[in-house]
Amino acid sequence: MALLTVSGSPHVQSNQTTKKIMWTVIIALLPALLVSIYYFGLDALMVTFTSVVFCVGFEWLIQKFILKTKTTIGDGSAIITGILLAFNLPANIPLWIVGIGALVAIGVAKMSYGGLGKNPFNPALVGRVFLFISFPSKVAMSEWPLPKPLFCSSVSDALTGPTPLLAMKNGQAVDLWNMFIGATGGSLGEVSAIALIIGGLIMLFRKVITWHIPVSFLTTAGVFALILWLINPNEFIHPAYQLLAGGMMLGAIFMATDMVTSPVTYKGQLLFGFGCGVLTIIFRSFGPMPEGVSFAILIMNAVTPLIDKAFKPKPFGY
Amino acid sequence: MNKLKILFNGILKENPTFVLLIGMCPTLATTTSAINALGMGLSTAFVLTCSNIAIAALKNFIPDNVRIPAFVIIIASFVTLVQLVMEAYVPVLYASLGIYIPLIVVNCIILARAEAFANKNSVMDSMFDGLGMGLGFTLALTILGSVREMLGSGSFFNMKFIGDNDGILIFVLAPGAFITLGYIIALINRLSRKKS
Amino acid sequence: MAKLDSSLKNMVLSLSLISFVTSALLAGAFTLTKDPIVKAQMKKQQDAIQEVLPVKDATIGEKVEIKLDGMPDVFIIYPALKDGQLAGAAIQTYSYEGYGGKIEVMVGMDKDGVVSNYTILSASETPGLGSKTSFWFKTPKGNQDIRGKNPAKDNFNVKKDGGDFDAITASTISSRAFLSSIRSAFDAFKKYNEQK
Repeated sequence: MALLTVSGSPHVQSNQTTKKIMWTVIIALLPALLVSIYYFGLDALMVTFTSVVFCVGFEWLIQKFILKTKTTIGDGSAIITGILLAFNLPANIPLWIVGIGALVAIGVAKMSYGGLGKNPFNPALVGRVFLFISFPSKVAMSEWPLPKPLFCSSVSDALTGPTPLLAMKNGQAVDLWNMFIGATGGSLGEVSAIALIIGGLIMLFRKVITWHIPVSFLTTAGVFALILWLINPNEFIHPAYQLLAGGMMLGAIFMATDMVTSPVTYKGQLLFGFGCGVLTIIFRSFGPMPEGVSFAILIMNAVTPLIDKAFKPKPFGY
Repeated sequence: MNKLKILFNGILKENPTFVLLIGMCPTLATTTSAINALGMGLSTAFVLTCSNIAIAALKNFIPDNVRIPAFVIIIASFVTLVQLVMEAYVPVLYASLGIYIPLIVVNCIILARAEAFANKNSVMDSMFDGLGMGLGFTLALTILGSVREMLGSGSFFNMKFIGDNDGILIFVLAPGAFITLGYIIALINRLSRKKS
Repeated sequence: MAKLDSSLKNMVLSLSLISFVTSALLAGAFTLTKDPIVKAQMKKQQDAIQEVLPVKDATIGEKVEIKLDGMPDVFIIYPALKDGQLAGAAIQTYSYEGYGGKIEVMVGMDKDGVVSNYTILSASETPGLGSKTSFWFKTPKGNQDIRGKNPAKDNFNVKKDGGDFDAITASTISSRAFLSSIRSAFDAFKKYNEQK
């Protein structure tokens, strides 16, 4: 057995560690979390808290009793999965469903493949899609709690209403500014574009992500939506709404950029973002459901190994 | 070879679904409920046993170069027989299994056993092999169907145990079949690894 | 007996003989099961008609096929006669707008068009979601029960489209398709009454 493994150059030196990256992401998620607590009240906090506790708990249980390996819950990745999963759920969701989502995200999508770094699909997205297909009457993308910007009351008995995307599909008007700041119906984390952009800038500044995926994702989606809109403005949604509505910002900034499930090279990342953007708009415009970001990202996750293979950097001299 | 050994070989050691991983199409498609899975399993077991017997009896009469078409004709006849009888006497099951009954013809378990076993062994041995493999398939399908039905519809052989609530719907749909099958195989591998 | 070698004569002979014997067997099985199959299908249809009719113990008159403008298939009306008088009808109707394509419904109406009951004949809606049409619209809860309602007076549309009925949770498309099939049935029944 070789004690020293020699890998090909270049050998990059940096002071980044998994732990450091993960905690930066958690900090970057805070603005969106605060906005959701402001609009959806304590229920938002409860859902996020439950999701995080269950994700960390399942990771610990699986590693301790089934895999019998050292636990890695300290690296913060399970916490991120928990927060992202909660961000994809409505505030009035029963908490036991959050638990099932966490079990699927951690148990099925992450640990079954061997844990952090080996999962082909984004765990939080797998959890969300699983819940979305399994409990359509509770996690449907149609009737979600409307914001109620008063801190004291609980959302459980608040009104529900269509998300902006569905409203537009039905031909109702929605307010662009409300969508930008987050005063609209939807899942916890997706409502406020501005908070998500702030989070993205934090991650960009701390060099946790690069600009390639979010920019190519959003540009592609915007341009494609614009083309469709120019062809038939009555049937297709205006690109500005497409970009601000639904999980577009959350997906482009936090989900698609997941280091484990996106390509390594910059060129590959541009292609990855391009694919996500095109698929999202196709699903939204021609599919039966109003939202398509999660399916688009999961499909691009699946082709990530191919992209990596296609854009392998050539070693010097060949 | 010992007859009992042949029988249990198909049920446990070389279980067509969980160990050999053949015949996946009906396995994934018809196991939405325990009763459908059982019906599919038993029809396949019947066809498999009959075709094994017939092919073992005729093996010297069938020239090697045309054995596959001959096998397919024999298997297809038994499947058509099952289909007619089922449509006449159990129309409810026929309605819910629908297209998957004629598809038993192309179930590779049957052709595989015809080719790998019945074509080389005696009539008696082939009968036990067909019975064992068929029962193994039935057992596997019923386990898969029960798990999916319990998780997906909250019932066991159509007896509801969670009131009016829905189950975890994904388990009744196609992805649930893959997830359930994957984890059952993982569990079986883990248990058999411990034993050896 | 040694195995036959693959000469052309042997191959032709063996395949023809196998085909001949199996087709003879199948022909026999077909003749035997023909009547029970027809009976089973008839019974299914009769049960469906009796289940939905507004009056019990009515005699079913000659079925009438009604064609509506702009609709691809015919609607079949089974008039129910009591003491020689038209008491209502069972109408076999359909819609192509389901989530999984065509759904076929048997709906019963009295002579004024008041819906008495319905049953789904065939549908491929999502299990656990659209498949709930089989009982949703005859469950007395909220605004979902269509029994006792009349398409002439009540608006057979889902609430979302300005109608009177609650759509199945998360299955608006299936609900729309179902209600549209009932509306078509009413139109066909009206045309039948006018023709008479």
